Amino acid sequence: MSGHSTYQPQNPFMQWFERRLPIVSLVYSSFVAYPTPRNLNYWWTFGGILAFMLSVQIVTGIVLAMHYTPHVDYAFISVETIMRDVNYGWLLRYVHANGASFFFVAVYVHMARGMYYGSYKEPREVLWILGVILFLLMVVTGFMGYVLPWGQMSFWAATVITNLFSALPGVGEPIVTWLWGGYAVGNPTLNRFYSLHYLLPFVIAGVVVLHVWALHMVGLNNPTGVEPKSDKDSVAFTPYATVKDAFFIGVFCIIFAWFVFYIPNYLGHSDNYIMANPGQTPTHIVPEWYYLPFYAILRAIPSKLLGVTALASSILILAFMPWLDTSRVRSANYRPYYRVFLLLFFAAVVGLGYLGSQEPSGGYVIAARILTVYYFGFFLVILPLLGLFEPTKPLPNSISESVLSQGVPT
Amino acid sequence: MKSLRIILACALAASLSTAAIHAAAAEEAPPRLHWSFAGPFGIYDQAQLQRGFKIYKEVCSVCHSIKLLAFRNLAEPGGPGFTEAQAAAIAAGFQVTDGPNDQGQMFQRPGGIADHFPPPFPNDQAARAALGGKLPPDMSVLAKARSYESGFPQFIFDAFIDYQEDGPDYIHAIITGYADPPPGETLPPGAQYNKYFPGGAIGMPQPLSDGQVEYTDGTPATVDQYGRDVAAFLMWAAEPSLDARKRLGFQVMIFLIVLTGLLYFTKKKVWHDVVH
Repeated sequence: MSGHSTYQPQNPFMQWFERRLPIVSLVYSSFVAYPTPRNLNYWWTFGGILAFMLSVQIVTGIVLAMHYTPHVDYAFISVETIMRDVNYGWLLRYVHANGASFFFVAVYVHMARGMYYGSYKEPREVLWILGVILFLLMVVTGFMGYVLPWGQMSFWAATVITNLFSALPGVGEPIVTWLWGGYAVGNPTLNRFYSLHYLLPFVIAGVVVLHVWALHMVGLNNPTGVEPKSDKDSVAFTPYATVKDAFFIGVFCIIFAWFVFYIPNYLGHSDNYIMANPGQTPTHIVPEWYYLPFYAILRAIPSKLLGVTALASSILILAFMPWLDTSRVRSANYRPYYRVFLLLFFAAVVGLGYLGSQEPSGGYVIAARILTVYYFGFFLVILPLLGLFEPTKPLPNSISESVLSQGVPT
Repeated sequence: MKSLRIILACALAASLSTAAIHAAAAEEAPPRLHWSFAGPFGIYDQAQLQRGFKIYKEVCSVCHSIKLLAFRNLAEPGGPGFTEAQAAAIAAGFQVTDGPNDQGQMFQRPGGIADHFPPPFPNDQAARAALGGKLPPDMSVLAKARSYESGFPQFIFDAFIDYQEDGPDYIHAIITGYADPPPGETLPPGAQYNKYFPGGAIGMPQPLSDGQVEYTDGTPATVDQYGRDVAAFLMWAAEPSLDARKRLGFQVMIFLIVLTGLLYFTKKKVWHDVVH
């Protein structure tokens, strides 16, 4: 990884500053000179997109918090006041609400890319686990944010999800009471969710720093899964990766803007425009779309305790991927069978998402069970065995060789 | 824990009963109408919003509150286009409760432009007591709080064709959907049959009939037209910033497309000599 320029300040003040706090050289080596494999495709731009979306959510969220009232009697009305009477309040709220969805779009693509190209494998296990932690933090933050408008779905989602803890034997009910701050979802619940919803994004930002740090220790993976061997394999992060990321953030923003300005309520649920009413249950309670696959897994299992265990395991199992996968080849491009099983896995997750949005009856339950079995089977059976038996395609000797053999200059 | 059990029991009972109703009668999907505010360049039709407001004021407001709407909204850009003087005159026609005054008494006074529309009943219990136990929903965000399932794969296409008018389509359908119940269907006492209402049995009696509200601009005074006009008005009440949103959206789109295009060519130039 040598050969790329390092920061050498010429200006006397910068030299003086560098000796006291080498932050400029840190930024320089992390985001300018940092060696980036030359063969990265556009799936690698989603890390940058995620950083961008986190900033969007924090900025819009801070301004929204200036106008929001976390009280069961006023929360719903204060959100509507933001929509009506705050200057560009409708824009802030629609960007923030749809921003959550697009944050999840980006994180799912980012995770799928990691799974496809084997980015979780040695030496990137810690990087991957930090990613799983980030995803968990996003899930919790998104859930709490959804409760804040205090609509019907907010209230009932909070009730259903917190009630999951009551499945724990013995300690379940006290834990639920403790989470609620009372004997039902109420004002203390809303207040603490608001407090935590404001706190957790900064925790996420902190773990992002660790995630980027870990990334810079082990270097970027690439579509071949072969580590860079010489300077010829890499280019400098700036301008090459920066401009590519910027372009794709632009593309992502166009789709994002389509939702914000033209179909801002498409991803939401109409029931959340009805103020929370503890005395009236919605016809069927559904979470936001990005939780639907996990919701389907929860409902696929008839026992509540086992369902909750499966729900938690379905996310936590990701952290064990580096050890469940026994193959020595990283990229699915060179693993013909893994590639098929993985694409089926993605299809199963999408299928579970659809089933999660439907009423759990008859054929839907059976389909959800089959897909749940595949979900866990993929991790617990296919991944360990495949590495032992799978015939893999020959790997290129280096990134340059793979790039030059394709011979497509752009 | 007792209250929790009660809530859960109520929730279970409610979901079972609605499920039973669902099983008994599958309601029809509302027809999709043409709306002036649909599509990326859609804007509200001022004349239609004024007609819709007339229907709300003369008919709906007898039972339904619209608490989040203020009289000043009637004169704001992107709305029905009343002048401030007209909005003030409308406000003066309503009595609002104010106080307490220096004697500690609440009192009634004519509404001002900054007031919100006063509700027809002092509280929910009073509304229920007057209307046979039924509570008419507040209409402030009703057009966004009502929808229907488009089903697969239509719901995917809806994202691309910019379909966000499920609320007004549903409201228009409810107003025009009163009919005789299908043979064999028994309705709970006091309920009417409406082919678009989930479960079919609706508590609200048919609110509008042909010729009930007088139109002075030559628009046909039919239930179908009333339904369109009042649904458009309710959409505006629920989303008063729609015109501004779509106008800004177009500007943002132009900006983003130009910026992304420039970034694309910059990227091409930067990577020109790199085989990748």
